[in-house]
Amino acid sequence: MNNINDLRYREVLIECLYQMADDKLLLGHRDSEWLGCCPDIEGDVAFSSIAQDEVGHATFYYQLLHQLGEDDPDRLAFGRDASKWRNCMLVERENDDWTYSITRHLFFDQFDQIRLQAMCTSSYEPLQHGVKKMIREEYYHLLHMKTWFKQLGRAGGVATQKLQQAIEKLWPDVNGMFSFAGIEEDLLRFELIQLTPTEMRVKWEAEMKALFQQANMSWPGEFPQLKHDGRKGEHSAALKTLLLTMGEVYQSEPSAKW
Amino acid sequence: MGMVHRVLVNDHDVTVQLMPTFVGCPALELIKKQTMDRLQQIDKKNRIHVEFVFDPPWTSDRITPDGHQKLKQFGIAPPQKSLQQLPSCPYCNQEDGEILNLFGPTACRAIYYCRGCKQPFEGMKVV
Repeated sequence: MNNINDLRYREVLIECLYQMADDKLLLGHRDSEWLGCCPDIEGDVAFSSIAQDEVGHATFYYQLLHQLGEDDPDRLAFGRDASKWRNCMLVERENDDWTYSITRHLFFDQFDQIRLQAMCTSSYEPLQHGVKKMIREEYYHLLHMKTWFKQLGRAGGVATQKLQQAIEKLWPDVNGMFSFAGIEEDLLRFELIQLTPTEMRVKWEAEMKALFQQANMSWPGEFPQLKHDGRKGEHSAALKTLLLTMGEVYQSEPSAKW
Repeated sequence: MGMVHRVLVNDHDVTVQLMPTFVGCPALELIKKQTMDRLQQIDKKNRIHVEFVFDPPWTSDRITPDGHQKLKQFGIAPPQKSLQQLPSCPYCNQEDGEILNLFGPTACRAIYYCRGCKQPFEGMKVV
C-alpha cells in the first residue's frame, strides 16, 4: 500500500528517512575527521572519499524530506537540536583509534547494506530508486572495511589487540542499529521495507560471523540490551560536541546564502 | 558518458533528464549549469531545464566507445566490465597494472599503478 496522502504513511516515511539521513551524515562527518590523520595516505584518501559518498547519500535523503514538507536540508543538518536526531548511537561515537573507526564502519555498512536491500522494492518510489543506486556505491565501502578487518585480525600483535578492544567497545552499540523506534510494524504494513528488525539482525549476524571466522576473531556473544536509543532522540555528549563543530560556520550566520 | 536519460519537449520547455554517476557527486550542480548554458547557446527560443533522475540508475557500462576514448585521452582509464578486470594504462596501454587504492580523488575514480611506464594512473570505477 502506497498512499502518500495517508497521514500515517507520511509520518512513518518521514521518520524512517530521518533515521537513514542522520545515520549517514554523522558517519560521513566522523569519516571526514580522519583527513590527514590516517596511518597511511591510501587510508586518508579512502576515508575522505567515503565521507563524500556518505554525506552525499545523507543529502539525498534530506532532499526527499524537504520534498515531503520538512525543513531545508542545510537547516536540518546544521540547525537542529541534538534531541531531534534519529541516528543510532554507534555512528555518533568519537572516532577513537583507526581500528575502532574501521570496525564501526564495517558494522554499520553491513547493517546499511541489509537495510538498503530490504528497501529495493519500497512502495515509495523516489526512495526505492535512490536506494538501488546507493547499493552499487556502498559495495566499495564494505569491501574496504572487510579487507581491513581481516588483515587486522590475522596480523596478530598490537593490531589484533586493538581490533579486539574495538569490537568489545562497539558491541553494546550494535543493537541500536536495529531499532526503528516503534515504526517497524508500519514500515512493513506500508511496504516501505521488506524485513523485520529481527530478520535484519539475523542476516547481519550470519554475515559477520563468517567474517569473524575468516579474521580469526572470536564472536563476543549476545548483544547487550540498549540503555539509550538514539533513534528515539536519546544521545550521548559526543553528538552535542559533533553538532557544534559541524554547524560552527552555519551557526555564525544562519541567514547567510551559500 | 551515457548520462542523458531522455530529452522532453513540451511547447517551449525543453527538459534534459540526466542520470548522476554517483549520488553524492559534488559536480552535479556544475554539470547542470554547463548543460543549460551550452543548450541555451544553441537554442535561444526555448526554455531549458535540467533535472537529475535515478531511475534508471547510471551504471558504468553506459559509457559509449567514444566516451571511453575521450576518458583515455584525458588520462583516465575507462571502466572495465567487471571489478576483477584491471584497466590498461591510459598512457602506454600496458595491461599489467595493480590497484593502489579503490578510492581516488573523486567518488567515481580509483588509483592504479602501471608496471610498464611505472606511473600511477586513475581509472573510473565499475558501478
